[in-house]
Amino acid sequence: MSGKEYRTITDVKGPLVFLNKTEPVSFGEIVQLRLSDGSMKNGQVLDTSDDQVIVQVFEGTSSVDRQTGVKFLGDVFKLPVSKGLIGRILDGAGRPRDGGPEIVADEMADIIGAAINPYSRQSPESFIQTGISAIDACTSLVRGQKLPIFSASGLPHNDIALQIARQAKLVGSDDDFVVVFCAMGITAEEYNFFVHDLERTGALENAALFVNLADDPAVERLITPRLALTAAEYLAFEHDYHVLVIYTDMTNYCESLRQIGAAREEVPGRRGYPGYMYTDLAMLYERAGLVKGKKGSITQFPILTMPGDDITHPIPDLSGYITEGQIVISRELHQKGIYPPINVLPSLSRLMNAGIGPGKTREDHKSVSDQLYAAYAQGRELRGLVAIVGEDALNERDLQLLKFSDIFEDQFLRQSRDEDRSINEGTLDLAWDLLSNIDTKYLVRLDQKWIDKYHPTDRKDSEEE
Amino acid sequence: MSEENGVIYRISGPVVTAIGISPRMYEVVRVGHEGLMGEVIELHGEQSVIQVYEETSGIKPGEPVVRTGQTLSVQLGPGLLTQIYDGIQRPLPKLEETMGVFITRGVDADGLDLEKKWDFNATAKKGDEVSSGQVIGTVQETETIEHRVMVPPNVSGKVKSIKSGTFNITQPVCTLDDGTEIAMMQEWPVRSPRPFVQKYAPDVPLITGQRILDFLFPLAKGGTAGIPGPFGSGKTVTQQQLAKWSDAQIVVYIGCGERGNEMTEVLDEFPHLIDPNTNKPLMNRTVMIANTSNMPVAAREASVYTGITIAEYFRDMGYNVALMADSTSRWAEAMREISSRLEEMPGEEGYPAYLSSRLAEFYERAGRVRTLAGDDGSVSVIGAVSPPGGDISEPVSQGTLRIVKVFWGLDAGLARQRHFPAINWLSSYSLYPQALDQWYRDNIASDFPEVRTDISTLLQVEAELQEIVQLVGSDALPVDQQLTLEVARMIREFFLQQNAFHDVDTFSDLDLQYHMARAILSFQEEAKKAIAGGAQLEDVVNVPARTDLMRGRFEKGYDKRIGELVTEMGQQIAASMEAN
Repeated sequence: MSGKEYRTITDVKGPLVFLNKTEPVSFGEIVQLRLSDGSMKNGQVLDTSDDQVIVQVFEGTSSVDRQTGVKFLGDVFKLPVSKGLIGRILDGAGRPRDGGPEIVADEMADIIGAAINPYSRQSPESFIQTGISAIDACTSLVRGQKLPIFSASGLPHNDIALQIARQAKLVGSDDDFVVVFCAMGITAEEYNFFVHDLERTGALENAALFVNLADDPAVERLITPRLALTAAEYLAFEHDYHVLVIYTDMTNYCESLRQIGAAREEVPGRRGYPGYMYTDLAMLYERAGLVKGKKGSITQFPILTMPGDDITHPIPDLSGYITEGQIVISRELHQKGIYPPINVLPSLSRLMNAGIGPGKTREDHKSVSDQLYAAYAQGRELRGLVAIVGEDALNERDLQLLKFSDIFEDQFLRQSRDEDRSINEGTLDLAWDLLSNIDTKYLVRLDQKWIDKYHPTDRKDSEEE
Repeated sequence: MSEENGVIYRISGPVVTAIGISPRMYEVVRVGHEGLMGEVIELHGEQSVIQVYEETSGIKPGEPVVRTGQTLSVQLGPGLLTQIYDGIQRPLPKLEETMGVFITRGVDADGLDLEKKWDFNATAKKGDEVSSGQVIGTVQETETIEHRVMVPPNVSGKVKSIKSGTFNITQPVCTLDDGTEIAMMQEWPVRSPRPFVQKYAPDVPLITGQRILDFLFPLAKGGTAGIPGPFGSGKTVTQQQLAKWSDAQIVVYIGCGERGNEMTEVLDEFPHLIDPNTNKPLMNRTVMIANTSNMPVAAREASVYTGITIAEYFRDMGYNVALMADSTSRWAEAMREISSRLEEMPGEEGYPAYLSSRLAEFYERAGRVRTLAGDDGSVSVIGAVSPPGGDISEPVSQGTLRIVKVFWGLDAGLARQRHFPAINWLSSYSLYPQALDQWYRDNIASDFPEVRTDISTLLQVEAELQEIVQLVGSDALPVDQQLTLEVARMIREFFLQQNAFHDVDTFSDLDLQYHMARAILSFQEEAKKAIAGGAQLEDVVNVPARTDLMRGRFEKGYDKRIGELVTEMGQQIAASMEAN
C-alpha cells in the first residue's frame, strides 16, 4: 500500500473523525492516526466516498487535531491466529496485555467472520454437564448452543460463569473445553477476579483472554468480541477444540453501538439503540455452533445485565430472539442468600430436548425436569396465597407443594461455588429425593415406570433385594 | 438491455451509492471488482442507491458498477422442488460445494441446475394457438409432483413445432410460428405478482386435519393467517403438521432471519418427514428458503419475495400451495435496517412508514385464482410474527393483524400445561367461516355451522364460569352449570387436544371432526335429560361408554365406530337415570 499520510481532517465528533479528499479507501479498512505528539491511535473506516471518509477511532478522539496524520493500511481488520493464543491475555484490540511476545501468526483471520451456511450446520445434541443442578436439570446446555445469562447489576453472574467454565464437561468423554474469555467494559476489579480465579484453578493455561476494561476506549468494545470469536472459530474449526466463549458484559457492547449510532446521527430505533442492532448481535451470537465435517464446536455464554432488571429492554429482548434460551438470575433468590440464584421458571434452553434422555443423560430426565418445574411453579404461586389467607386454608396437596418450593430452593438450587454435581447421581437423584416429599399421586408429570424405578422408596427396595 | 458502467461513489454498510449509471428502480447491478449482486432502491440526482446482498467490507469508491438491465428475478422451472435456497435463490448445497461451510462472497450460483436433463412430455400439438400461462407439456419433477411447463409471460402464437424428449431446461422444446423458442425455464421478477385471470372468493377451506384449526378457526384456500410465536409454544410442530397434512400439494417454507441452529433443525427434519398421502418424502413437494439472522440483511429482505414468487409459479400450474414465512418480524426488521441506512424519516418504532403497505402487498399475493390456463390454483400464506417482549401492540403485529383473516394464538401457557396444539381458543379468530359455511353445508353436513357455533359458545361459557369457580369452587355451582363445565372439559380434552405424534390422532378428516363434535353435543343432551330425570351428575359423567368414546379416537377405524359408541353412551346415560 502507498502508505500516504493525510492531514485532511475536517470534523471530529465523539469517536468519529471525518476526512476530506483521500484516494479511494475501502469500507472497513484499518486506519492509523499519528497525533502531533507522536502517539498513535487506531481506527476503522465506517463510511467511505469520493469526497469524505468517516473513521471510528477505537481509542477515542481526545487530542486529535486537524494536523493529525491519517494513514490507511489497505486491509480490513485481521487477527493473527495460532494455537499460541491459548494461555494468552490480549487487550481489546488484540495486542498482548500479559507482557508476553506478539502472537506468531499461522494465519491472518478476518474478524468480521462469514455466516455459516445453514445447510452445513450440524444439529447440536451433546449434553454438557455444568455441575450446577439448576442448569443441568432444567435448562440443559448442549454443545454448540448459545445460552446467555440474563442478570442485573449486583448479582453473582460472574461467579456462575466461572463455575461453568471450570466445571463444564461432556459426560462420557475426555474432551476438554478451551475457554475464550471476552471482557467488554468490565471493571478492573471484576477482571482481576476472573483472572485470579482462572489462575487459581489452573484454567488460565487453557484459556485465551481478550480484555477491554471500563477505562479502555469504549469504541474498541465493538471489535473485542469479534476478535474473541475469530480466535474461537480458528481453534474450533482448524484445530478441533471444543471452545466455550464467555463474554461479559453485552450491555456495554450495545451501549458502544448506540454511541457510534448517535455520533453518526443515525435514525435511532427503540430506546435510542440503532435499528441494525438485531443483525449486529446476530453476527456475534450466530458464530456459535457445529459444522459438518469438523470436530470442534463453539458454545457461547454471553452475560448481559438487564438495565433496571427489565427483561423487555431491547438488549435482553433482541438477544432472546437470537440465542437458544436464557438463564435468568433472580434478585429475590440472591437476597435470600441462595447461590446460584437461578430462577428456573423464566429460564429456558431451546435445545434441551435434543441433548437429554437415554444414552445422553438418563431416560427420566425430561419427566423429572417437567415435574420439578410444575411443582416449583405451583409452590411459588401458593406462597402468594398463603400471604393472604394463611397456611390453614391449604389442603394437603397444596401444603406439600408449598413445602417443596422451599426445599427446592434450599437444597436443589443452592450449592457451593466449588460443588460439581454429576447429572445422574448428583442432580437427578437429588431431584427424586426432594420430590419424594410430595405424595406420588400428586406427581402427575412422572410416568409410573419412572416412579417404580427411581423413587427413593423404590430405589431402596431394589437395593435391599 | 443497456449495458452501462458506473463507479462506486460511497459505501456505508450494505448500502452503496453509485454514479455514472442511470438504472431503473429495483434493477439488479453488479458492484465492485468481485461483481457483488445489488439492487437499486433509490435514485437521487446523479446518484443511484444500491442495497448489496453480500458483505461490503474491503470495497472501495471508484470500483465499477455494472447494470444488468434486469430486476431481481428467480429462475422457474423443473428442479425447484426439494431444493434449499438462500434469500436470493442460490442453492445452499451448491454454495457449500463451492465455498465450504462459511458463506463467503462473490459466488454466483444458478437457482436451477441448467445441465440436468428432464423428460419433457409435450401436451400441446403443432398448430395449437397458445398464449402465456398455458401448459404445453409436463415433466415428472419428483415422484409425487408433475411439473407443468407453461408458456412464458408475454408470449403467444401458433405452435410451429413441439417435441417430447430429454432436454435440459434452457433448450427449446417448442417453437412458435414467429420463431419464438420456448424452453422449460422462465424467469420472473420477484417484486411483481405473477398474472392471473381472476381472484375467487375464499369459499373452499384448506383442510389441515387439525381439529382446532379446521373446525373452529379455518383457513380458506388462498387465505392468510398469522401465528405469533412466543418461546416454547410449539410453533415448529404446528408448522410441520400443516406442511404434512394440509391438502396443499406444494409447500414453500421461508426461514427468514431466524436462528442458524433452529434452521438446521428444520433442514434436518423436513427431509425425514414422510408425506402421509403418498408415503414418499415430504421434500418431494417442498421448496425451502433459509436466510439466517447473520446472513446479509438485504437478502433477508428479498427472501420473502423469492418465496412467494415460487409459490405463485406453482399456483399457475393449477396447484394449491401453502407458504409459511417464519418470521415476518425479521423481514420487517430488515426493512427497518435498510430504511435507516437510507436516512429515511422513520415511522413507529423506527420502522419505515411504508411497513404496513409492504406487509399488505405481500399478503395480497395470496389467493385462490383462475390461472391464465383456466385452472384453479391457490397460494395460502401463513406468516409467523415474533413480537418483541411478547407485546402484540407493536407495529409488525398490528400491521399483520389488520391484513390477515385468521389468527392462531399460540399460547406458551397452554404448552406448559401440555395442551397441544397450544392454540388459545379464546384469543384466536377466523373471519372465513361466513364464506366457507356453504361449502360445509354442501360437502360435510347441513348443520355443520350450527354445531360449530354450539361448540364455541360452550367454550365461551366455560371461560365465564371458570372465573366464578376460581372464587367459590365448582361445588357451589348449580348442577346444570357443572354439567356445562364437564362438557367443555370434554371439548378441550377430547376434541381440541390432538397428539401430533400419534399415528391415528394426528389427522382427523372433516367428517370425523363433525361427528366428534356431534358426539359431545349428544352427550350434553342425553346428560341433561338424565339429570332432569333424577340421575346424579357423577354417574352420568362416569358411564364407561363415554370413556370408550373418548379413548377410542386413538384407535384405527374410529370413524366407523363412533356412531355405535355414541348410541351406547346414550343408552348407558339413560340407564343411570333408571338406577336412581
